Amino acid sequence: MLLFIGKRLFVLFLTMLSLSFIVFTLVTIEPNLKKLALNQANMRMEEEAVQSWLEKNGYKRPILVQYGEWLGNALTGDFGYSTHFRKPVNEVIWPKLWHTGILMFWVLIITIPISLLIGIIAGMREGSKTDRVLSVFSIITTSVPQYVSGILFTIIFSSWLKLFKGVAKAGSITFENFTLPVLTIVIYDIGYIARMTRASMVEVMNAQYIRTARLKGMSFISVVFKHALRNALIAPFTVIMLQFPWLLTGVVIVEKLFNYKGFGFLLVAAADQNDIDVTLACGVVAVILVLTTQLISDIGYAFLNPRIRFS
Amino acid sequence: MSIPVLEIENLSVSFMTRAAEVPAVMDFSMKVFEGDAMGLVGESGCGKSTVALAIMKYLGGTGKIVGGSIKFRGRDMSTFSEKELEDIRGSKIAMIYQEPMASLNPAMRISSQLIEVPILHENISKDDAWNRSTEMLQKVNLPDPERIMNAFPHQLSGGQQQRIVIAMALLSKPSLLLLDEPTTALDVTVEAGIINLVKNLSKEIGTSMLFVSHNLGLILETCNKITVMYSGETVETGEINQVFRNMRHPYTQGLLRSIPLPGKNKYDAPLQAIAGQLPLPHERPNGCNFGPRCPHLDKEVCESGNIEMQLISSNKNHFSRCARVDKIQWNEKSLSSEKKPKSSSGGTLLTVKSLSKDYDVAANVVFGGKKKGTVKANVDLNFDAKVGETLAIVGESGCGKSTFAKVLLGLENASSGKLEFEDNDIANTMVDERKRATVSAIQMIFQNPFDTLNPSHSVGGQIMRTLEKVGVGSSVEERQQRMYELLDLVKLPREFEKRMPRQLSGGQKQRIGIARAFAGSPKVVVADEPVSALDVSVQAAVIELLIDIQEKFDTTMLFISHDLSVVRYVADRVVVMYLGKISETGTTEQIFSPPYHPYTEALLSAVPIADPDIKKRQILLEGSLPSPLNPPKGCVFNTRCPNAIIGKCDKIDPPLQKLKEGHTISCHIDAKELSKKGSVFAQ
Repeated sequence: MLLFIGKRLFVLFLTMLSLSFIVFTLVTIEPNLKKLALNQANMRMEEEAVQSWLEKNGYKRPILVQYGEWLGNALTGDFGYSTHFRKPVNEVIWPKLWHTGILMFWVLIITIPISLLIGIIAGMREGSKTDRVLSVFSIITTSVPQYVSGILFTIIFSSWLKLFKGVAKAGSITFENFTLPVLTIVIYDIGYIARMTRASMVEVMNAQYIRTARLKGMSFISVVFKHALRNALIAPFTVIMLQFPWLLTGVVIVEKLFNYKGFGFLLVAAADQNDIDVTLACGVVAVILVLTTQLISDIGYAFLNPRIRFS
Repeated sequence: MSIPVLEIENLSVSFMTRAAEVPAVMDFSMKVFEGDAMGLVGESGCGKSTVALAIMKYLGGTGKIVGGSIKFRGRDMSTFSEKELEDIRGSKIAMIYQEPMASLNPAMRISSQLIEVPILHENISKDDAWNRSTEMLQKVNLPDPERIMNAFPHQLSGGQQQRIVIAMALLSKPSLLLLDEPTTALDVTVEAGIINLVKNLSKEIGTSMLFVSHNLGLILETCNKITVMYSGETVETGEINQVFRNMRHPYTQGLLRSIPLPGKNKYDAPLQAIAGQLPLPHERPNGCNFGPRCPHLDKEVCESGNIEMQLISSNKNHFSRCARVDKIQWNEKSLSSEKKPKSSSGGTLLTVKSLSKDYDVAANVVFGGKKKGTVKANVDLNFDAKVGETLAIVGESGCGKSTFAKVLLGLENASSGKLEFEDNDIANTMVDERKRATVSAIQMIFQNPFDTLNPSHSVGGQIMRTLEKVGVGSSVEERQQRMYELLDLVKLPREFEKRMPRQLSGGQKQRIGIARAFAGSPKVVVADEPVSALDVSVQAAVIELLIDIQEKFDTTMLFISHDLSVVRYVADRVVVMYLGKISETGTTEQIFSPPYHPYTEALLSAVPIADPDIKKRQILLEGSLPSPLNPPKGCVFNTRCPNAIIGKCDKIDPPLQKLKEGHTISCHIDAKELSKKGSVFAQ
């Protein structure tokens, strides 16, 4: 097992290197740099001045040297300087990530139990009334995009009922201003995971070993708990793990909508403002998150599914 | 008379689909007394598994008992509450299933799946349940019960898994055991062991059995009574020897005539298939369901309303549902049992010279890793095949017979050795490097007709595509003409051209498979278990068709199979393989009579035979097939061979004994010694 994790960590590191290199090359291509120069120094610079600005800031050196320098700094924890916020990247990115982290935490803590429950209850008896009602509910919630449901919720709960606030201020979270963004993501996500869980549960309940268990004389409920649940959770587990990276980038819309200054907000701003170092740092964070959740997902998968564990 | 353990009276089961009510079982009656072993025979779709599940009252959401009653020890089961049913399931009535792998929970250890049975039904402690389970594992002859208790299902072989399922079923000493095709997914030698085990244990515990199977031979070996089902109805029932010797229903007779028996081959006694196919539940004819397929049909008698079961012989409990039972001459030989002339084989077409195929098993593809080992799928094969001859390659799963087919067809390269086809070595030419003539000269018929046809193309289109690929005909019209000829050849109506594969039955699909294989007038056809996925009555028709076509074109056929009775019937010569090596070669006569290689002997003894007059010597193989990653030293068969000489067979490779006329046996024991054991069969 340790060997397996070690190998996966090694792959993770390699992937990060190559991905960050690709992003680095893309953001430091010449036209982009020229634009940056114009932005940073003086909009009406002559071509010569631009060239000398690039020279001065080290952008004229070979790409590998530049990348090496960035990598060296990044490995020691220095992600450079944000040209837009005019402070070190570290001071910008971590607080924003923390804000998004809080949002994600609440979303997942609400979504996972509810969606698994819905999926299992619906898939337990395929075609029953409960199944049909829950399935229709999940389809409706996943088919409404977040920018629609977000606006709808704002109108209903904030403008009309005046229950919650339509704006969520990062840093000072209250039940009042934080409910709507969480709700918007949760509603969409629940339907998605519930549908996955239902499909997996239906498949398991039709498996022959469930028949074996029933014909051993076990009651329906204990068959569901002892025999079906664990097998039915294998597929949704992977899907839930994929939610982490999806949430990180998927929060962009919701964060923009509710003006919640988190990671998604930052990502948009950095890309907008051609903030090279912040964009790179955001990319690295995203890659780390994707790969670690994949690693956790693989380990968990092996735990749930003994066929993987032993081969 | 005592109360029967199980009494089914006029049972009718229907499946309620959205479109209509589909009757699966109609007017089915049966009595099973204490100590009885009742065999329930029929082809797929006849409703035999539905009967078994109806007894358990487990018919899913759509199945319903719409008429009749099932009594367990005199009590009507329809009056049982859900709780009472749960108490009976697994303790009084237990079931053994067709696919052991699918019947065990893949995410739970064997121990927890076993101990929950006694804990549930007898309320005993976990430790007691554990001890009971390990005892039961010993009883089902599983070595090292403690290790097995801690294993997961996928870590065990198919035979071991089925032993676990049997142990699970017998843990609570049930009074009725339902077996639903318990050995269909297993190899013959494993099957023989399992059947023997079930017979002995049920006798020891005093369990009555209901044995559901399509295999008449198996039923004859295990049961004392039989019920034959056709299209949802019982057609004949009675004591086993009575029914086998004096069958009184044309369907039973048809079934028995369509299976090859030992001692019969294609030249002496051609198989007789039952014409037509099983009607769909909503297309059942008026009167006798078997009518349209029956050679003795009398429209006035047979199609005039319901036909009831009639008593044939009361002391043998023999009943038949045939309206003309008194009119038919039951002992009459069938019309077409004339002998065929034996065709002579021509010159050598295919020569296999010390052919070997290894697969490397690497630890990890991405990191390379160190090599874990080599699977020796084929080791030093030597044989040849002549023009127009049928050469059978026989062995259990994992013996390397399919690997050889892959090399021959150019799907794999050989590791060493030669494969000479018409004097060209093709052992290392992959199929896309081969000349078109070579490709169309070596064709294949696949095992599973259900997966080999593209579901979204018409049958005619698929045959035309093959014709195009093998370069037959220069225009669409020419190919179309040839396609019609091929449909004629496989005895399908030309209208089938427009049909989609889902509109065909299994036998018809396999005929299309045969048409495709013969599209380019091949010289060699590899038939990989071509009939093992088909029903018995259809099997016979497909085998006869294959033999006819083969003779017509003088094609060489490599018939890969594990079913020795079919092999005996079709083959001219046989190659017996075990774990990648050839253990015996010879003409069919030589293989099926002594001297036998000990493995051939065990294989022959394991095949169930549907003839009460033939007695066999029983040779049960111990243990399971060794891993091909780590084959035994010396003779590969020594770990399971009942005659192994310790110190010799497990150290030194066996010598190849060349007997008369091409008969070879690879064994340390001298052929003279081997022939002393005599024939496996005795009439």
